[in-house]
Amino acid sequence: MSLHVIQALVLRYLFLYTRSPMRLIELIFWPVVELVIWGYLTLFIQENTTGDFPRIIVFLLGAMILWDVIFRAQQGVAISFLEDVWTRNLLNVFVAPVRTIEYLAATFCVGFLRILVTITVLGLVAGLMYSFNIFTLGWALLPFFMNLMVSGWALGMISTALILRWGQAAESLAWAVPFFIQPFIAVFYPVSAIKPEWVQTISWALPPTHVFEGMREVLKTGVFAWDKFFWAAGLNLIFLTAAGMVFFYMLTLTRRRGLLTKFATQ
Amino acid sequence: MPSPIPSEVILEARDLTREFDGVKALDKFSLKLHRGQVLGLLGANGAGKTTAMNCMLGLTLPTSGGLYAFGKELQSHRIEILRRANFSSAYTALPANLLVWQNLLVFAKIYRVPKPKERIAELLEMMEISHLHKRVTGQLSAGESTRVNLCKALLNKPELLLLDEPTASLDPDIADKVRKIVLRIRSELNCGILYTSHNMKDIEEVCDHLMFLHKGKVVMEGTPKDIVERSSSSTLEDVFIKIARDGEIVDETAKKEEVAP
Repeated sequence: MSLHVIQALVLRYLFLYTRSPMRLIELIFWPVVELVIWGYLTLFIQENTTGDFPRIIVFLLGAMILWDVIFRAQQGVAISFLEDVWTRNLLNVFVAPVRTIEYLAATFCVGFLRILVTITVLGLVAGLMYSFNIFTLGWALLPFFMNLMVSGWALGMISTALILRWGQAAESLAWAVPFFIQPFIAVFYPVSAIKPEWVQTISWALPPTHVFEGMREVLKTGVFAWDKFFWAAGLNLIFLTAAGMVFFYMLTLTRRRGLLTKFATQ
Repeated sequence: MPSPIPSEVILEARDLTREFDGVKALDKFSLKLHRGQVLGLLGANGAGKTTAMNCMLGLTLPTSGGLYAFGKELQSHRIEILRRANFSSAYTALPANLLVWQNLLVFAKIYRVPKPKERIAELLEMMEISHLHKRVTGQLSAGESTRVNLCKALLNKPELLLLDEPTASLDPDIADKVRKIVLRIRSELNCGILYTSHNMKDIEEVCDHLMFLHKGKVVMEGTPKDIVERSSSSTLEDVFIKIARDGEIVDETAKKEEVAP
């Protein structure tokens, strides 16, 4: 794997973002709108409930911010690929000395950079408007963040593999795929709230579920749940490997069927 | 135009067959491209030129047959080969919202070009488009885009260059400039060039050797002059039309040889 090539591809995305302010707005505008809505809802609930609940309910804001980590990481992979399709640049990249793993690594870096931009803005808005300090999660934030980012990368590869399989007609999957799993990963509610109960087994099989449950535990008890961290990390390893295999398989299939050029020049 | 003496084979296709849903887009297609040679692939739409080029770029996997560049098998030495090759097509583009220098710098870094800024300046000057350095790529005319694409294709001083219809949709003046550039590249870099075009003027002026494809098969090959003579046609365009319509052409030389005692 060549760092040179990864650096060059990341540079291309940086040029793209700095030359297109609309892309930066997309990175900031929607997450901030969502945060503001969830923020007001949290304030409303806090004012109208008693006991421990008002303190715990701030997890809604934490959940919203951490959900964005998955979404931005996934978008980093899937949208970066689509950018090449939209600009008819995909062939130039695929006939250049770029290994698939280098291409993916560059999109992972883009995902990471997208997260940094969004999280910084969301953290500031949450702090200023709702006095919610994302760092109340303490150092637990880092392993949560890493795990969610890896989950996002895996989802990004799956989205891209599906687009490769069904062509540009399926490009809306680049936005939809994370939402397929959102109801089951207990972002805004505990796993115990998911019914019927057998669906909870599916929830526990998904790595982000352990992160969101772990986050609630930190906010509630102040204790870092190591078991949930290890479950998330282990499952992420399996998911990332499986997603990578699906992506490579679809890419080979697309080449074998001769669809890559049609797809890239349509 | 003098033909260079064929030298080292830098690209070879051996009995390449590519089927799509049972239809053969390429049927036991073989080719040898020598260093310093410009080889033209000709044929009507659907004849198999693009499939052949895509196979040679590793974008499409052949159903059977072998592909070799610089004496090495393409799929197993893909990266090593692609570092020494490059490609430009009328049907691909560089990201439209990047500036010309930004696009070229990215590819210069991918190809590990030493002193990339100097190389970019040199190529832009060669293409007579230095003034476009800071222009937005998407705002360029067809002729300007083609020349920027050619700059991209020459960044790494390729030993093997694949050009897919480089003069498509260009006005005669720019097309003429592009043809001259291709010839200059060949002599300066001594590279092998695989060239597809529907423009017979291109082919006559640029190519040393031609291969006519019809339904995935090579139906005629030789130098442009040789092909016109052998087919009793007045121009290369006539040969093209005959092949496109009839699928084959009577090779007069071969016929005379058969009749001779």
